Amino acid sequence: MIKRIIVFLILATIGYFLVGVVSQIPFGEDRNNVGDYYIEKTPTELKVSNAVTAIVVNYRGFDTLGEVTVLFLAATGLSSIMYRRRRKGEKQIRAKLPSSRIIQIGSQILFPLIVLLGAYVFIHGHLSPGGGFQGGAIIATATLLMLISYRKFKVNHNVISWIESIAGVVFVTVGFVGLILGMTFLENFLPTGELNDLLSGGIIGIIYVAVGFKVASELAGVIDTVLLNNRPEAKNEN
Amino acid sequence: MNEFLTISIYGTAVALMLIGFYAVLAKKNLLKIVIGLSIVDSGLHLLFVAIGYVNNGTAPIFSPEVLGSTQAMVDPVPQALVLTAIVIGFAVTAVALSLVIRLYRHHNTAAIDEIKNLKW
Repeated sequence: MIKRIIVFLILATIGYFLVGVVSQIPFGEDRNNVGDYYIEKTPTELKVSNAVTAIVVNYRGFDTLGEVTVLFLAATGLSSIMYRRRRKGEKQIRAKLPSSRIIQIGSQILFPLIVLLGAYVFIHGHLSPGGGFQGGAIIATATLLMLISYRKFKVNHNVISWIESIAGVVFVTVGFVGLILGMTFLENFLPTGELNDLLSGGIIGIIYVAVGFKVASELAGVIDTVLLNNRPEAKNEN
Repeated sequence: MNEFLTISIYGTAVALMLIGFYAVLAKKNLLKIVIGLSIVDSGLHLLFVAIGYVNNGTAPIFSPEVLGSTQAMVDPVPQALVLTAIVIGFAVTAVALSLVIRLYRHHNTAAIDEIKNLKW
């Protein structure tokens, strides 16, 4: 009982201060701050239609590099935590029963379409809502679909880590080319093209495609690691 | 109308965060604690995006239809920050879940008070 009271006291304190802070913020007002600067500069200077993409990849590109690194660290940490040496002759058990024919055929039809959608989302990241992270997540979903429908479906971790590394290297190289050409890290050095063209925005397209590949391979690796190394019936063996 | 929107959106965000904190503080099951953490995350994201809203604003995308008009645009900065926050939230959830699975494998239970007297 005393626990419950303490919990609610803590919650009341948190809630009091949250409401106190939040109620100070006017809703729906244009506050004329840094956002307007970005909205003004994005179509004229960078020729990118999606202002969020411009901020994520160009103005705050260094931040995105850190974000990608965090994702990479999470994937690596997860596989090192989940790793479990198998005993001799022990097989990976994924599901007791194979999924039905309908699911298998359906996922075979859906898989390329989902991958296509993901590629579309990250290639058009500077034109429409979406981008590297979203497209990568969509492609990882396709992998999950295959993993649940086919017991034999395997994700090749070698290929995945190569894709991941190449994508990361591309990101950093694009950043360093800016430095070599006498600009800042991750500054745009390519011609920006026309607004609302597919080939516009300079380096943003390249970086977002790299991010898309990286996120897709990382998430697919995470899903596969969790599914592979998890065996509910194995108990007390370490 | 605006008053109602303000209260409902900010209220939802704060309520979500409080629900998440309640799960973290009071629940015994480790999985539920991780779920609580991601509920706090979603409340935070909602709050961020709501702060960036501008009355009658469109999405900050310069599609050909929007280019000619003088309609206001919502603030793109909080949206970019939320994109980062979602990815970090995913990373936190993934690592936390793997730790939970590991603990479950070791102790055969996910109840935190049975594992050790870590929680009162």
